[in-house]
Amino acid sequence: MNKSIFWSLVFHSFMIVLTAISLPFMMRTPIDLPPILTVDLIQITDKTNIPFAAKAAKILEKIKKEEQRVVSEQAPTTKKKKEKPDRIPMPEDLNKEEKQIMKKKQNPKEVKDEIRQASEFEKKELFDPNQIAALIDKSKEETAETLKKNKKLTQSSVKNSFAKGLTLSQEDALKAQIFGCWSLPLGLPYHKNLLVRIKLRLKQDGTVLRSEVLDHARMNQPGQGFYKVLAESALRAIRICQPLRVPPSGYEEWKDLQLNFDANEMLRG
Amino acid sequence: MKKLILIIFYLFIFNIPAFAIVEVDITRGNLDPLPIAVSPLHVESGSKDIKQEGKIIKNVGEKISKVIETNFKRSGLFNPLKKDSFVQNPDIAHVKPRFEDWNLIKAQALVTGSVKVSDDKLRVEFRLWDVVAAKEMIALAFSTTPDNWRRVAHIISDKVYERLTGEEGYFDTRIIYVSETGDKTQRYKKLAIMDQDGANLKYLTLGNELVLTPRFSPKNQLVTYLSYFRNLPRVYLLDIETGVQEVVGDFPGMTFAPRFSPDGKKIIMSFAKDGNSDIYTLNLSTRVVEKITEHSSIDTSPSYSPDGKYICFNSDRSGLQQIYVMRSDGSNVKRITFGKGLYGTPVWSPRGDLIAFTRVHKGKFYIGVMRPDGSGERLLTENFYQEAPSWSPNGRVLIFYRETKTDSDGKGFSAKLWSIDLTGYNERLIETETDGSDPSWSSLLSK
Repeated sequence: MNKSIFWSLVFHSFMIVLTAISLPFMMRTPIDLPPILTVDLIQITDKTNIPFAAKAAKILEKIKKEEQRVVSEQAPTTKKKKEKPDRIPMPEDLNKEEKQIMKKKQNPKEVKDEIRQASEFEKKELFDPNQIAALIDKSKEETAETLKKNKKLTQSSVKNSFAKGLTLSQEDALKAQIFGCWSLPLGLPYHKNLLVRIKLRLKQDGTVLRSEVLDHARMNQPGQGFYKVLAESALRAIRICQPLRVPPSGYEEWKDLQLNFDANEMLRG
Repeated sequence: MKKLILIIFYLFIFNIPAFAIVEVDITRGNLDPLPIAVSPLHVESGSKDIKQEGKIIKNVGEKISKVIETNFKRSGLFNPLKKDSFVQNPDIAHVKPRFEDWNLIKAQALVTGSVKVSDDKLRVEFRLWDVVAAKEMIALAFSTTPDNWRRVAHIISDKVYERLTGEEGYFDTRIIYVSETGDKTQRYKKLAIMDQDGANLKYLTLGNELVLTPRFSPKNQLVTYLSYFRNLPRVYLLDIETGVQEVVGDFPGMTFAPRFSPDGKKIIMSFAKDGNSDIYTLNLSTRVVEKITEHSSIDTSPSYSPDGKYICFNSDRSGLQQIYVMRSDGSNVKRITFGKGLYGTPVWSPRGDLIAFTRVHKGKFYIGVMRPDGSGERLLTENFYQEAPSWSPNGRVLIFYRETKTDSDGKGFSAKLWSIDLTGYNERLIETETDGSDPSWSSLLSK
């Protein structure tokens, strides 16, 4: 009994010491970050030596002139009378000052951020033909929006396809190929489970070495005649399509491929 | 033991990299009708021509393949390829086809076969091939009297349809309807029956009595219909096979739309008694009439669910004509339509999953379908005047009739039979000799 109390005390004191030593490490002072520097964005055109095309040079000159004009308006160079320190401002003087402030606020010509901050090269990146088209034709606006949406979708699915072993473009190419080959049986019941999973072993050139319907047992079940028909149509699609569009490299990653043919989405849509 | 624990420990620490199987979801496909090649059936040597109704039918193999092709085309699910493009000759009934030749013309399925007429017997063999997989899908042979060659073509169509779509066909069926002639103000109405493709038309009544609402029994080739004899409505029972007709009963007042129960033992209808229309059943063996609904409103157009447990009907008990569902004993009445306009002529699908109906809204007539609980309403077709949908035995196609407007001179009126697929596509006119109304689709003859 005494022995166990002794060991308990030893262990507990050891733990306390360990904690006392290790805790200061955990409470390390934060890394000294260098002070944040404020960087003014300037036009590359001011510094660069690369000559612009004649047209671009004219535009830039015009912009420069506008800027200069704007700057002069923003900060008027009116000379102020030297004021005596003890001079009490008269109400008229106060009004004058207020007017000047008002002038500053009513900036006569706004200089757009794009002009001030982006170079001609950067502007090219901002140019989106779909957006321009959308301005001309209202109907194109929808297309532009759709493209944006698609881009978002693409970005999210990129992650998935990396995880899968095919890049997005490779997966898309394969899908597009099979979409064209799959003749969907049109008499399918729309309210049943219409997912057929087919496992393939591929050769390096994309031809099918072996194919297997994963839910094979369902094909012979009573009342599942439509499933057999659906599975056959999927197998037919694979045969029509082969050789499948597979990447030229990374054979080990895609030699075993599972295609999930889902007719539900199409029939419901 | 220690070793085992160590191994497990190491497995946890050092993950062995493994490639997960690459999965690709295919959610889109080609919705075009399936390209199918129907090779003319090869006529065996020594085969005779067929004599039918004084006409001699030569090369029955080609005729059969033509009927099959027409059936497929009308279904909207298949695209029969032109025979001009066929590379291989039809004499391939007993050998494997050269699949490369059929692949070349993009056929995905191929029908081949042979015909022989001898000793007043017609023997037809056919095979269905999966061109892409290069394998046989089905092979059958039929033997019948030569007159039945069209039916054989329909049966082959059904077998192919079933094998390629997974659901029962509807080609070996007949349609009964009311044939109409004469001006709009003075129509002569006769009962007419034909194959589903319009062939073999026969008139069953002479046209001296008004006939209405013929309905097939779901079990056999019996038909019930309503006829006015000396201005009194009578419900008749007609056996199509034997031609025997019997009066089921005289009913007082207005009587509407007699229809069989799913087991064919009862007739359900509505008739007015004491100025009030209710739904009644008539037991065909005992001739006992049973009242199903008891309401001061007008209850008409009853139709049983395929299991016989429920009845859908239309009633104006809510003020406007709407569709209701109740148990077959008349209990638990529930209204299932709440849309604008009027709903009528509900018919339960043979599959049990849908109810077809006619809807009238803002002067337009629609044929639509909905689930038995009233959800998922889909209007399939819209027109000036159309009603009375009837289901094909596989619950895939609806047949109905459509009337056209008369012009200012009172001319131009016509009533025609039309069919439409459950999807709302493939709307087709069914060619009839005269105008037609009130169609009813039979069950499969070969069942």
